[in-house]
Amino acid sequence: MAIERLFIANRGEIAVRIVRAAQALGIHAIQAHSEADTDMLAVKLADEAICIGPAPSKDSYLNIEAVMKAAKDTGADAIHPGYGFLSESPRFARAVEAAGLIFVGPTADTIERMGDKVAARQAAIAAGVPVVPGSEGRIDVEDALKVAAEIGYPVMIKAAAGGGGRGIRIASNEAELRTLAPQAKAEAEAAFGDGGLYIERAILSPRHIEVQILGDGDTAVHCFERECSLQRRRQKVWEEAGAACLDEPTREALCASAVALAKAVNYRGAGTLEYLYDEATNAFYFIEMNTRIQVEHPVTEMLTGVDLVAEMINVCGGAKLSMTQDQITRSGHAIEVRICAEDPFMQFMPWPGVVSKLVEPNGEGVRFDHFLSEGYQIPPFYDSLLGKVIVHAPTRNEAIDKLVIALTELEIGGTKTTVPLHLTLAADPEVRKGAFHTQWLEPWLAAGHLIATKGDAA
Amino acid sequence: MSNIQSPLPGTFYHKPSPEEPVFKSPGDAVAIGDTIGLVEVMKTFIAVTSEVEGTFVKYMIDDAAPVTAGAVLAELA
Repeated sequence: MAIERLFIANRGEIAVRIVRAAQALGIHAIQAHSEADTDMLAVKLADEAICIGPAPSKDSYLNIEAVMKAAKDTGADAIHPGYGFLSESPRFARAVEAAGLIFVGPTADTIERMGDKVAARQAAIAAGVPVVPGSEGRIDVEDALKVAAEIGYPVMIKAAAGGGGRGIRIASNEAELRTLAPQAKAEAEAAFGDGGLYIERAILSPRHIEVQILGDGDTAVHCFERECSLQRRRQKVWEEAGAACLDEPTREALCASAVALAKAVNYRGAGTLEYLYDEATNAFYFIEMNTRIQVEHPVTEMLTGVDLVAEMINVCGGAKLSMTQDQITRSGHAIEVRICAEDPFMQFMPWPGVVSKLVEPNGEGVRFDHFLSEGYQIPPFYDSLLGKVIVHAPTRNEAIDKLVIALTELEIGGTKTTVPLHLTLAADPEVRKGAFHTQWLEPWLAAGHLIATKGDAA
Repeated sequence: MSNIQSPLPGTFYHKPSPEEPVFKSPGDAVAIGDTIGLVEVMKTFIAVTSEVEGTFVKYMIDDAAPVTAGAVLAELA
């Protein structure tokens, strides 16, 4: 059953992206919005809009009952969840399925399985995808020494019952593990009432590389990889496609492993497998799967020419994948930077201003996905992402040059943005070389690289 | 009488977390720099501190209610 009336249960720039994709496919777009988002761009562009509740997300974009009622009241036959909010909620996907509507994503069971770290790791192992070597389940101190000898040092010691980084220690040899493991056990007992430990190989300074996949429930393909190593507080700030650090055999093995897992779970829709990549050993390890469209999907679209949002809508409407693997090719290099309403010179303090002026960058190979317009009051209730500047050029060097031009053309008046951060990054010799990893950006910021440029970068 | 205004638009909270008591109750002494509430703006919590000293009278905005920049959050005597 092809989708005819698509309900968009999201906001901001991704809602704009989905409304436009739906309309280009001849689908009637119904945009949900909170009371604080009445005048957002996706509401203006959509064929129809409906209020789903008050400003707080828990009362609107996260309120399954309110979303389902609005979808039924507007006669929707499908719901696109975007990213964040309810996009990876098995309960929501199940409610959509139970109401006889199409969820634009995988089945609720797949979301549930891949959302559980242990189940996802098991599925990956079963599909032959490399995972970070570690102990299978909880172990005690003596077992930790045995397992560490097998997987190799350095190892990370975690509390089996823990979370949020508590109780994590790194041992670089057996002597350290003998000292640290009992401490970790004692701390875990005190904090969680459970002294069970878990150890895994510590991948120091890894790169974050991820593979875009598309599936129709029967078969799956990949659209190559992205590198998203420039992160602050675990949030990606700058993303590239492809990953320039990979050699061709590694790229092929990485992408093939992602397809194997997608096929093993009969994946439907767009999804991303995230990996840690250890440059020193040229090894990659699956860490988790995101069962939704991602913020950084446009770099893959620029690299391959595939319209990921249109394709996910089509396959979830029952169509087969419109392309085979050998029809998906990569050309050139793409970079995306996230433009957030934050002051990079003031610890990234949020800055929800009124947009007094908007000048968009343009030109061949330049894309600006956003939800702004002049006079728009940026609502303070949601995250600070205003949009994304994406560039595509024949080489990575040319892409960085094009990014600088695009960011210089872009003007967003009335609010602070992270544009100065990106201009400073683009001018950095290490970034130019691609010599970075997930632990690179925060020390770079702490060392004052951004502050030093204040005045000429902005 | 003096007022404490919100430095930013967002959502105003009377408590550090839902399980904890309010920052200030009527009759409490307020010193310069005391936190009287939090404003959540774009998923970041900003402490609202008093720039004056006095006695806390009452909150002028409900807990967990939206506020605009400059909105009067609390009254001091």
